[in-house]
Amino acid sequence: MTWFEYLSFGDSGWGDELLAGLGVTLSLALTALPFGLVLGMSVAAASVSARAVPRGVAFAFTTTIRGLPELLTLFLIYQGVGMLINATLKWFDPRAAFFELSPFIAGAVALTLVFGGYAGEVLRGAWQALDKGQREAAEAVGMSRWQVFRLIELPQILRLALPGLGNLWINLLKDTALVSVIALNDLMRVANIAVGVTKKPFLFFLTVCLLYWMVCIVFEWCIARMEKRANRGIRSI
Amino acid sequence: MFDLLIEYAPRLLSGAVMTLKLTFISVLIAAMLALPLALVRRSGSRYLQGPVRLYISFFRGTPLLAQLFLVYYGSGQFRPELTELGLWWFFRDPFYCAILTFSLNSAAYQTEILRGGLQAVSRQEVEAGMAIGMSKGLLYRKIILPHAYRIAFPALGNEIILMLKGSAIASVITLLDLMGHTRRVFSQTFDMSVYVWAALIYLLVTTLFVLVWRRMEHRMTRHFRAPVTPSAPLTSVIKESTRVS
Repeated sequence: MTWFEYLSFGDSGWGDELLAGLGVTLSLALTALPFGLVLGMSVAAASVSARAVPRGVAFAFTTTIRGLPELLTLFLIYQGVGMLINATLKWFDPRAAFFELSPFIAGAVALTLVFGGYAGEVLRGAWQALDKGQREAAEAVGMSRWQVFRLIELPQILRLALPGLGNLWINLLKDTALVSVIALNDLMRVANIAVGVTKKPFLFFLTVCLLYWMVCIVFEWCIARMEKRANRGIRSI
Repeated sequence: MFDLLIEYAPRLLSGAVMTLKLTFISVLIAAMLALPLALVRRSGSRYLQGPVRLYISFFRGTPLLAQLFLVYYGSGQFRPELTELGLWWFFRDPFYCAILTFSLNSAAYQTEILRGGLQAVSRQEVEAGMAIGMSKGLLYRKIILPHAYRIAFPALGNEIILMLKGSAIASVITLLDLMGHTRRVFSQTFDMSVYVWAALIYLLVTTLFVLVWRRMEHRMTRHFRAPVTPSAPLTSVIKESTRVS
C-alpha cells in the first residue's frame, strides 16, 4: 500500500476516520470555548472586585490552574469527579449502578477550567487597562453598573484582550490532544488506532501534526482578521 | 491521605527529580539552539529565514503530544535504516526521545521570545557602541545580548514553567516522571489523594521557580531602580522613580 492509499477515504484507508477524529477535536475545543470565556470573565470580575474574598478566590483559582500540568488537571477531573459522583450515588442508594463519566464531558470540563484560568488573567489585564474616566463619566450620566459594564467596559475589554485570547484559543486546540489519553476518539487517538492496525507510525503521526498545524494556521489567520476589525476605530501611530 | 504520602513519597520524589531533569536538560539544549536561530530570524538572509520560520511555526502549531509520538513511535517505522546508521539506541529510549522533542519544541518558543528581546534593544545603545568603535562581536557581547536577555527574561521564565508542566506528557510514553509515578500509584491504589499530592508538588516546584526567577530578574534590573540614599536630594529621587515606573 502506498502512503496515499493509507490516507484515502473508504474502507481500506484511514482518511475518513482521521477527519471524524478532527471533528471530535474541534467540537471539544468549541464546547470548551464559550464556557471558558464565561468562567474567565467571572474570574476577571472577581479579581477586580473591591472586596478581598472574591479577589482571594480568583487568585487561588488562577494560580492553581496555571501551576498544574494540563494532563494532571484532566486526570483529576476524569477520575476524581468520576469517583466523587459514584461515591455520592452509593451514599444515596447502595445498589446504584456504576456511573461512568464520559471522556468528552470530562475533557470539556478540564479544558474549560484551564482556559478559564488563563483567560481570567488576560481579561483582568484588559479590564485594568481601561480608562477610569470613562467609567466615571458613564456613572455621571446615570448608567447602572450593568449598563456601564455592557456598553462601556465589555466592548473595550474584548478588543484589548483579543490577542491574548487568540493565543489561548490556539493553546486550547493543541491541549485537546491530551484528551486522547483518557480514551476519547479524537484525532490523536484515531491516529493511535490506525498505527496499531497499519504499523505506520511516522505516516500517521506526521499526518496528525500536519492537520493540527493547518487548523492552527487557519485560526491564526482568523484571529488576525478579527484583531484588524476590532481595532478599526483606533488610530495607529 | 497522609499514610499514602508516607508510603509513596520516595516514588513521587524520584518522579519529581525525573521531571526536573527532563525540564532543565531540554530547556538548556533549547537555549543553546535558540540564540543562533534568533539571530538568523532577526538578521539572516532570506534563504535562511524561510526554514527557521517554518520550523518555528510547525513546533508552535502542533501539540507537544503529537510531536512526541512522531519522534518516539514514528522513528519505529525507520528502524532498519536507523539501526544501520547506528542511531537506533537513541530513538529506542523514551528518555532521549522526550529530551529531543522537548528541546526542539522549547527552542521554537525561545527563539521567538529572544527575537522579541533583540528587537526591543534600544537603537541608541547600539549606535553609541558603534560610535566608540566596537566591533560587531564586541557589540553583541557587551551591548545587544545582555539587553536582549534582560528584556526576554520574564518571558523565558514563563516558557520554562510551560515546559515543566508540559513534561508531564512524557508519562504517556512510559517515562516515570512525577506524572508517570502518580498514574502508576493511582492504578495500584485507586486512591485519589495521590493526584492531590502530585498537584501540590507541581505547585510547590513552580512557585519556588517563580520566586527564584523573580529574584534574578530583580537583580538584573537593579540599575533601573533609583538609589534611595538619605544624602540624595529628595527631588532627584522623585524624578528618578517616576521615570522608572
